[in-house]
Amino acid sequence: MSEITNVSRRQFLKLSGISAGGLVLGGLLPGFKPVWAQDGDALSELNLFVSIGSDDLVHIICHRSEMGQGIRTGLPQVVADELMADWHKVRVVQGLANAEYGSQNTDGSRSVRRFYQIMREMGASARTMLEQAAANQWQVPLEEVQAKDHQVVHAKTGRSLRFGELAESASTLTPPAKETLKLKPASEFTYIGKNVPIVDMPAILNGSTVYGQDVQLPGMLYASIERTPVVGANVKAVDNSAALKVSGVLDTFVMPKQSEPVLFKPLPGVAVLATNSWAAMQGRKALSIEWTDSPHAGHDSEAYLDVLKGRVKQQGKVIRSVGDAYAGMMNAVDTFEALYSVPYLIHAPMEPPAATAVFNDGSCEIWACTQTPQSTQRNVAEALGIEPDKVKVNVTLLGGGFGRKSKPDFSVEAAILAKHTGKPVKVSWSREDEIQHGYYHAAAAMHFQAGVDDSGRVVSWIQRTAFPSISWTFNGTTDEPSGSELDLGFGDLPFVLDNLSCETQKAEAHLRIGWVRSVSNIQHAFAIGSFVDELADKLERRPRDLWLELLGDDRLVDPEPEGFKYGNYGESKAVFPIDIARLKGVLNLVADKAGVEKPTAKNEAWGISVHRSFVSYVAVATKVRVEGGKVQVLEMHSAIDAGTVVNPDRVKSQMEGAMIFGLSLAMMGDISVKGGAVVQSNFHDYPILRINQSPLIHSYIVESSQPPGGVGEPGVPPVAASLCNAIFRASGKRIRDLPISKHMQV
Amino acid sequence: MMKFTLNGKPVSVEAEADMPLLWALRDMLGMTGTKYGCGMALCGACTVHLDGQAVRACTLPMSMVEGKQVTTIEGLASDASHPVQQAWQSHNVPQCGYCQSGQMMSAAALLAKHPNPDDKTIDEQMQGNICRCGTYPRIKAAIKTAAKLGAKS
Ligand code: FES
Ligand code: FES
Repeated sequence: MSEITNVSRRQFLKLSGISAGGLVLGGLLPGFKPVWAQDGDALSELNLFVSIGSDDLVHIICHRSEMGQGIRTGLPQVVADELMADWHKVRVVQGLANAEYGSQNTDGSRSVRRFYQIMREMGASARTMLEQAAANQWQVPLEEVQAKDHQVVHAKTGRSLRFGELAESASTLTPPAKETLKLKPASEFTYIGKNVPIVDMPAILNGSTVYGQDVQLPGMLYASIERTPVVGANVKAVDNSAALKVSGVLDTFVMPKQSEPVLFKPLPGVAVLATNSWAAMQGRKALSIEWTDSPHAGHDSEAYLDVLKGRVKQQGKVIRSVGDAYAGMMNAVDTFEALYSVPYLIHAPMEPPAATAVFNDGSCEIWACTQTPQSTQRNVAEALGIEPDKVKVNVTLLGGGFGRKSKPDFSVEAAILAKHTGKPVKVSWSREDEIQHGYYHAAAAMHFQAGVDDSGRVVSWIQRTAFPSISWTFNGTTDEPSGSELDLGFGDLPFVLDNLSCETQKAEAHLRIGWVRSVSNIQHAFAIGSFVDELADKLERRPRDLWLELLGDDRLVDPEPEGFKYGNYGESKAVFPIDIARLKGVLNLVADKAGVEKPTAKNEAWGISVHRSFVSYVAVATKVRVEGGKVQVLEMHSAIDAGTVVNPDRVKSQMEGAMIFGLSLAMMGDISVKGGAVVQSNFHDYPILRINQSPLIHSYIVESSQPPGGVGEPGVPPVAASLCNAIFRASGKRIRDLPISKHMQV
Repeated sequence: MMKFTLNGKPVSVEAEADMPLLWALRDMLGMTGTKYGCGMALCGACTVHLDGQAVRACTLPMSMVEGKQVTTIEGLASDASHPVQQAWQSHNVPQCGYCQSGQMMSAAALLAKHPNPDDKTIDEQMQGNICRCGTYPRIKAAIKTAAKLGAKS
C-alpha cells in the first residue's frame, strides 16, 4: 500500500517536534534492506509527513540525514513542486529517530530513488485537497479551481484563497485515491530539475551550523577514549594516576569488554572525562593501558594481500558461469591475464564521528551526526538495557559521512558514559581515532584472464575476487565475499561472452569491515576497467571500441539465469534493469566530449572507464601528464545517467566530489596494518586530495525520464581505472596495485 | 585568565596557556563555527585570523593569542556580506559544509594579500585546506568571483 492518509497532529508532533495546525498528510515510503542491515528497520504504516499550517507554512519532515548530498533540499523540492507551493514558505524539519518512518538509513544512494514517486504523490494529494476545500467553499466544480503559487484560484471569478486559509477545512477531507491523482508533466515542473540553493547555505556561511561535534549542553562533560589498537583485545590493566592529575580531568572509565561479532559495539578502551576537549585529550595521553592478546594481533596487511593474491590465481567458488570458460581458454589462440589489488581504505569525513548523550530516569537522549538514527536507537537501547522507545535520537548535520556514520558505535559510547556519570557527555573522535578505529573498506585481490580467438574477439573470461566481508562484522564467521558485495560490480558483469566464470576465494577478516562510498564497486570497477584497457592495448584496439564490443548490442542483462542471484541494489529488475544502451550512452558521451581519441601533447594521455552501480550509469575520462615519474591529473569529464534528476546542480556537485574522492583513493588511499594495528593516523600519512591536485572537471547529466537512480556513490567506481589507464597511455607504466603513490609521485 | 579581542569584542577565558585557541573558542566561548578536523595544522578546518593573518587555531596556544585580535567565521561579516561569502553562495560551493568556515577564512586572508589571485596563487594559498567532499573546483571559481566583487566594493 502506498496511499496517502490523513494523520493526527499528535503523531506529527511526536515525529517532528513541531505542533501543526491545519492539514497533515502521512505517506508510506517503500523500504529496502541490504542483507547486512539489522532487524528492526521494519516498515510500519507511515513514514513521510507534510503539514500545511494556517500560518501558510509548509513543513516537510526530512527523515534522511544530510551529509553534503543535498537531500534536505532535494526531497522537499519534489513535494513543493507538485503542491504548487512557494519555496520560501517551505520549511524542512529533521525527523527524529522513529521506526514509524521505516528505514532512515541514509546510504546506498537511494534517498531520491526510493522516494521520488511517493513524494510527488504526497504533494499532489495535498494540492488536490486544498483545491477541493476551495471548490467546496466557493461551491464551484473542482475542475474550475487551480492551485498556484501557494494559493488556490478560481479564474472565472478572480477569487483566491491562500493555502493557509484552506488548510483547516482541507484537513477534514479524505485524501484522493492514488489513481485519481494528476501528477504534473515534466514540462510544468517548477522546482524539480531546477538548481534550488541548499537550505543550509545561510548557516554554513556564518558558521552557525550545528554538526555532531558542535553540540553543547549545560554541564556537559567532554570525553576522549583510548581504544584498543587491535580488534579483539580488551583492557587488561590501566594506570590512570597521571591522567587524573591533568588539570580539567575529572574521571576515567573502562569501557565494557567486547567479543565477536564486533557489530556496532563500542571498541574496548578507557575513557577520560574532563571539563573540556583539550583536557580530555591530555589526560588520555597520560593513561597507561595494558591490553589482552587478540587472535588478530598477527595481522599484517602486506602479507595478507599477498596471500589473497595467491588465492585468486587458483580456481575458486563459481558464482556465475556461461559456457565453459576453462575450455574456452584452452581453445583460445591467445590468452591474457592480470592481477590487481586495492588496499584497505578509510572514510575520513571532514568531521570525525561525535555524539552527545544524556541519561535521565531510564531514558536516553542522543545528538549525533548519524546516517542511521534508528540503528543508533536500537544499539543504544541494547547497550543500556532499556527499550528503544526510551531512546530519542536527534540527527545533527553531518560533516561528511561516506558510510562511516551509518555505524552507531560512537553514539553507544556517549550513551554508556552518560549513564555512568549521570551527566551529559560528548564523545568526540579525533582524526587519529577516526583513521585507526574505523570500519574499513576491505583490502581486495582480483585476478582476470581473457582468451581471444583468431579474429581478436574475446571468447572466454575468468574473473576472481577475494576480500574480507562486511558480513563478518555482523556474524564473526563469514570468511568469503558475500552475495550482496558480489552484486557490486562483480557478479553483474554486463559483457557478451560465450564463456564466463566469476569466482570467489576465501578471505578471513581481521579488522572491522564496513562500507565506504560505493563499497565493493571500488575494487571491482578498478580491476574490470583496467583489464579492458589492457586487453585493448594488447589487441591494438581503441579502448572505446573494445568496451562497445564487450558490452554488445543494446539489451537488458540479467545475470540470474547464469546462476548469480542478483540483488540489483534492492530495486526491481523490471524498473531498473541493467541497460546496455545506457552504459554505452554515457561512455560515448564522455569519450566524445573529452575527445579522448584526439592527439595529445607529449607525456599526456586520456584514459576512460564506465560502470553501472546503484542503478545509475557513469563514464569517466581522465587526462594526465606523467613527467619525471610524477603524475599530474589535468582534466576529467564525467557523464551520469541517473534517470530523472531533481536538482542538477547538486548532482553535478556530487559528481565533482566523486571524481575527487575517486582520485584521492586511487592516488593516495592506503591503510596498512602491522601487528593487527592500523599504521596511519592523520592526514600526513593518510593524505586526502588537495586543491593543487584537483583537476579541471566537467560533468554531464544525461537527460532522462527514467525513474531516478543513485547519485552519491556511482561517480566513484570508474575513476581509478580511468586514471590508471591514462597513466599507462602517457607513460607505459601499468599500475595494478593501488595506490599510485606506491609507484609514482602524485 | 587569557584576554584577547574576538570578532571586535574583548573576551577573557579561564584557559591554560598551552590550550590551543580552537578549544577555548569551541568549548569555553561556545563559538563552534571554527571546526576541528585534524588537530595538527594539516587540514585548515580551524582557520581563523590572528591580527589579520590566517592561522590554524588547533595548534595555536592561548599564550600566543593573549592581547591579540582574533576573527572567526562568525565575525567575517555579521550579515554574510563579505565578498567571499557572497561568492560562496553564488557558486553553491558547500556540500556538507564542514570545511567551509576554514575555506572561507583562508580565502578571505588570501584575497586581502592578493586581491586578484591566479590559479597558481590559489593553489599555493589554499592547499592547506582539505575538503573531503571535493568542492575544490567551485572554491577556485568562487575565489575569482570574490576577487571581482572585492574590486567593485
Ligand atoms: S584542525 Fe586545525 S588544521 Fe586541521
Ligand atoms: S564541504 Fe564537506 S568537507 Fe568540504
